[in-house]
Amino acid sequence: MSAAIEVHDLTRRFGTFTAVDAISFDVAEGEVFGFLGANGAGKTTAIKMLIGLLAPTSGDARVAGFDVMTQSEDVRRHIGYMSQRFSLYDDLTVRENIALFGGVYGLTDAAVRDRERALLEDLQLGHAADARVESLPLGWKQKLAFSVALLHEPSVIFLDEPTGGVDPITRRQFWEMIYAAANRGTTVFVTTHYLDEAEYCNRVSIMVDGRIAALGTPQELKQQFHERSLDEVFVRLARPDAGQQAGTMSAGSSPEESVSAPGPTPR
Amino acid sequence: MPRHTPALVAFMVKEVRHLLRDRQTLSILLLLPLAQVLLFGFALRNDVNDIRVVFVDPAPDYVTRALRGRFVGNGRFEVVGTVATTRAVEPLFRRAAADVAVAFEPGFAARLAEGNPARLHVISDASDPNTGSRMQAYATAVINGYEAEIGAGRDGARIVMQSRMQFNPELKSVNLFVPGLIALVLTLVSALMTAISLSREKERGTLEVLLVSPLRPWQIIIGKVLPYLILAFANVSTALLVAWLVFAVPFRGSLVLLLAASTLYTMVGLALGVLIASRTSSQRAAMLGALLGTMLPSTLLSGMIFPIGSMPGWLQPVTLIVPARWFIVVARGIMLKGVGLAELHEPLLVLTGMLVVFLVLAIRSFKPRLA
Repeated sequence: MSAAIEVHDLTRRFGTFTAVDAISFDVAEGEVFGFLGANGAGKTTAIKMLIGLLAPTSGDARVAGFDVMTQSEDVRRHIGYMSQRFSLYDDLTVRENIALFGGVYGLTDAAVRDRERALLEDLQLGHAADARVESLPLGWKQKLAFSVALLHEPSVIFLDEPTGGVDPITRRQFWEMIYAAANRGTTVFVTTHYLDEAEYCNRVSIMVDGRIAALGTPQELKQQFHERSLDEVFVRLARPDAGQQAGTMSAGSSPEESVSAPGPTPR
Repeated sequence: MPRHTPALVAFMVKEVRHLLRDRQTLSILLLLPLAQVLLFGFALRNDVNDIRVVFVDPAPDYVTRALRGRFVGNGRFEVVGTVATTRAVEPLFRRAAADVAVAFEPGFAARLAEGNPARLHVISDASDPNTGSRMQAYATAVINGYEAEIGAGRDGARIVMQSRMQFNPELKSVNLFVPGLIALVLTLVSALMTAISLSREKERGTLEVLLVSPLRPWQIIIGKVLPYLILAFANVSTALLVAWLVFAVPFRGSLVLLLAASTLYTMVGLALGVLIASRTSSQRAAMLGALLGTMLPSTLLSGMIFPIGSMPGWLQPVTLIVPARWFIVVARGIMLKGVGLAELHEPLLVLTGMLVVFLVLAIRSFKPRLA
């Protein structure tokens, strides 16, 4: 089994600032890979390089078997992407959004119809097929956005904080969808600020200051750092000065940095 | 073979849906040319009537009398008197008792008869510069008309004057406005609307999703732009129809050529809109940028309302980079003069050049990797 994502010494500098500093890792096909890091650790820059929105300064990366530098066209055809902001068109109906992305990804009209039917059935959204997306509750929207990102059956899907702002029940359903996709063979690359979610991942990497500070299964990481939860591992790595009181949020940290507590954190 | 909707078509369908769904914006855009032509045509016409003229005629002769007669017969002018020296004019201006003075040099008829240039000065009260220049233009038109009559058989004999008014002998301002209005409406639907619609996608995050998709940057730009091009055609037609039906504005040239030129101009605007959207980070900034960068110059620096010739010297070269300035030359040429490609190739080439430059800049600034 070959790797779905291969990253080797990937680096991105902005002027003198190194946002991503020679990171290397592989993600296996069908794996659910959690990509963690505090805000400003370089996560977004790294993802942007993998999905072809940003050119690396040096190093290389292959996604779905294609080089992100020289074969970005092929990469784009074989990946799905759901950004942290809502990625469907609010003023279009559910059906129209599906038609748009089906067409953009080159599906035949028949395939678009078939997958639309399956998707509406899975999400039990048949009644709302011709409703504008803006009229749906946020949880539905997120699930719909995820399904639409999977419409062209990409081999790798990138999810950038997909569960921001949704309720715990929807988060759980969302993760069930993630597992279903992984079981069908789709590789899932997901960033999240909810560390309880990270426990659901096959493997997790934690980025600190542009480097990958830890990488392994949630179990391995907890053993390696002698902590009870990923939450504590994360705090210890992300804020070494606070490492002694791992797990407790010390005063003086900005709200953006305190990214740990499970449960809905308002974004 | 399975049926298959091309990516570009799927994308354009989406754009058309956005456009059709936002009923308010669409109605405004469709009614805009109607409202603008009517408003400008009725309210903002700057025709000037009842111009009070005073003559400075130190040595009246048959030519100066004939010329004075032309002013009386013109209908726009009201003669308030004839004085002997220019010094008598200023008090009249100060008291606002006269708007224009026409001063002949002594021996006017004799100089003309000898084949020498005869000089006259047209002085107008320019405390309102716009009205002033217009009154000047009317006076010039009267004198030019006379000169054309008497000058026909005599070589070298001419009345020395500076400006000329041609091709709009009735000097109806609505005739001059309509080409400018077409430019304005087209700027609005092309530059402003594209800038807004593109920056909305940027702000909402959907642009990122498009850039990650297999759509190429040029497909995104073309898909964004084409629906507005169609809207632009509807707008040009409305403006022309209203101008013709309500104001009887003449249309002397080729409609096909005007539509082709409008398409070219619209594409320049669309490219500018894309450029503005890619250089700004919010919808609001893009909208203000488009207003400041395209609408304002199209209104003020294009020659639509204010003649470029009466702008200060340093400002005149600035108008050269305003696309509307060139389009107005073309539209006026086609509509009012009835000229064709032979006469208009220069402004059309300039517009084409601008299109190439803006388009290259727009597509380049859209390269996802530079984001």
